[in-house]
Amino acid sequence: MPPEGCALVTGAARGIGAATARALSAQGWPVAVNYRQDRESAERLVAELEQQGGQAVACQADVGDAAAVSELFRSLQQDFGPVLVLVNNAGMRADGLAPQLDEQEWAQVIDTNLSGAYRTTKLALGPMLRARFGRIVNVASVVGPRANAGQANYAASKAGLIGFTKTVAVEVARRGVTVNAVAPGLIETKLTEGISNGLAERVPARRSGTPDEVAACIGFLASEQAAYVTGATLTVDGGLSA
Amino acid sequence: MATAVTDQEVENTLYEAMAETGADRSQLSRDASFEELDVDSLDLVELAQVVEDEFGVELKGEDMKDLRTVGQAVDLVVARAS
Repeated sequence: MPPEGCALVTGAARGIGAATARALSAQGWPVAVNYRQDRESAERLVAELEQQGGQAVACQADVGDAAAVSELFRSLQQDFGPVLVLVNNAGMRADGLAPQLDEQEWAQVIDTNLSGAYRTTKLALGPMLRARFGRIVNVASVVGPRANAGQANYAASKAGLIGFTKTVAVEVARRGVTVNAVAPGLIETKLTEGISNGLAERVPARRSGTPDEVAACIGFLASEQAAYVTGATLTVDGGLSA
Repeated sequence: MATAVTDQEVENTLYEAMAETGADRSQLSRDASFEELDVDSLDLVELAQVVEDEFGVELKGEDMKDLRTVGQAVDLVVARAS
């Protein structure tokens, strides 16, 4: 049994984050459903998890705001104990060809997708080290290791997230803390709305994946059974990268 | 919020934490260096967490870089807590 604590999923109001919150709640974790703007969806998810017998709380915080992240961790520690499962799922995209990406489009994507994960990980690790247990799963992407024109900022953030995953993994492995990434391919979420038309035909599985399929992989990586898996990236893409 | 603490309290806490990370209890003293005790950077991160949990004192990376001995760590924590 893991020590007492909770799971934090960033960007959990919908999509992969929401599916992950459900998966972790089913594992028995009290779940902090973090959201930036969509309070209604987050609270609806919390009600659903509580109705199923779980413990959950909706927490507003922009992972781009270090002070807000710090306050989030302080408040979770007080109410639920340390964050022992951290899923860095909060992400955004602002597409455009490289010559046309402006400073803000570049910086916002890097800050949310990559620096956000750094901010939460930095705060989670100390208590995880003390507990001799921790699970950090970073939601990366097949974009990053693979090119996708029009997403240089997104690709850089996700490739960076994979590098961050590996390095932090080796730093803390001997304390029972694992750090892994999942790399979803084409998944039916709000983030892929408008860009997925016709792409499913290029996937060997001939369909897009579902948030639940990604969440199942995150749930495994967060489990005690995955104690010897660290620094890895689990690709969930229907064969696209094979 | 940091709480005022004594040298002895901090020493005891750090000795206990270092023993948990594998340091030889018989070697623990104010004069012992972290290098002699085989306390590495990850161990120091854990000690910083212990210090924050027990005394409310936050030790950042830049604070830890210059710490060489147990005594220096004790003095820093006591100073920050007062």
